[in-house]
Amino acid sequence: MDNKLKSGKFYLNPYMGGVCLGLVLMATFYFTGRGLGASGAVKSTVVAAVNAVSPEHAVKSHYYGKFVSEGQHPMNTWLVFEVIGVLAGAFLSGLFFNRLKFKVEHSPKITINRRLLFALGGGLLFGIGSQLAKGCTSGAALSGMAVLSLAGFITMMAIFGTAFIFAWVFKKNWI
Amino acid sequence: MVGPLIPMGVIPQAWDNVFAVLLGMGFGISLEASGFSSSRKIIGTFFGYDFVVLKVFFTAAITALLGLLYFSYLGWVDYSMLYIQPTFVTSAIVGGIVMGIGFSMGGYCPGTSFCALAIGKLDALVFTIGMLIGIFIFSEAFPIVEKMYNSGSLGPKLVSDSLGMSASLFAFLLVVIAVGMFYGATWVERKVKKVDY
Repeated sequence: MDNKLKSGKFYLNPYMGGVCLGLVLMATFYFTGRGLGASGAVKSTVVAAVNAVSPEHAVKSHYYGKFVSEGQHPMNTWLVFEVIGVLAGAFLSGLFFNRLKFKVEHSPKITINRRLLFALGGGLLFGIGSQLAKGCTSGAALSGMAVLSLAGFITMMAIFGTAFIFAWVFKKNWI
Repeated sequence: MVGPLIPMGVIPQAWDNVFAVLLGMGFGISLEASGFSSSRKIIGTFFGYDFVVLKVFFTAAITALLGLLYFSYLGWVDYSMLYIQPTFVTSAIVGGIVMGIGFSMGGYCPGTSFCALAIGKLDALVFTIGMLIGIFIFSEAFPIVEKMYNSGSLGPKLVSDSLGMSASLFAFLLVVIAVGMFYGATWVERKVKKVDY
């Protein structure tokens, strides 16, 4: 274990990690009445940017209009604070387990540029999909499942089912 | 101390964002320590060389689901005060499919990309920039998809109700299915050639 810890390859037992994550999720519902999320913070960033460039466009838009309200900055949302915590927590964990390093992780069969291009495309689609489904793997699927939301189970099956098929389409990128 | 504590006024509203940061930290640590900061580890679930995503994800969902059901049964939490994501059938399916394609291309979902970004993965930074662009495109194109966005609305529907069974029976069946999947996944992991990453 010492060697693994030094080389940054030590990970929690997956069931142990799952119980930790589950307890954090449960605590989130117990304290705040809501679940965890991630994509919502990115949405707030986009809303804030558009609002800063053209407040008129933000208020008039059918979509941004839902998220801008008088007297409150668009970045002042629960999820933005939560994501600040996520970044800090992941950083601390990476520090503890010796994983802090600037790098592009990719299969040896593909170039860095190809990896980054696919990462950009993947992020773009995830951005679009998370807005349609009103949440991502955390906010819609995981948090939804924790409180038996039908939407959570539908979104989870759609994400993982589709990803399973398309992972094989893009197999060369991974293995 | 009947939860949820902040909406019930047991803990003042002013603490909401403090809890957001603390709970977010717990979320970030759990994800990173489980290995969700590596796209090639995450994607291993779909090729069978590393099922960490399947195991962590379902263990977490079941832990929180059972915990909240027990708390509700003991009267420690008012289930009706919990936020249940409303169901829009069409957009949940279409959005999920679009996210699934993005997942297989990028190797991250939003939460895991933040974790990878925090430990210095530059591909995760690019993934996050992609998300910003994607959300911007979606927002600008919203009038085109607005009808689909709102269609198939069922409200905050529970999966157990729509299957016509009690919440506890559904939870029990989910645990049985998950344990079966964990056994299957471990068996496949042993058969599949290891990938070095």
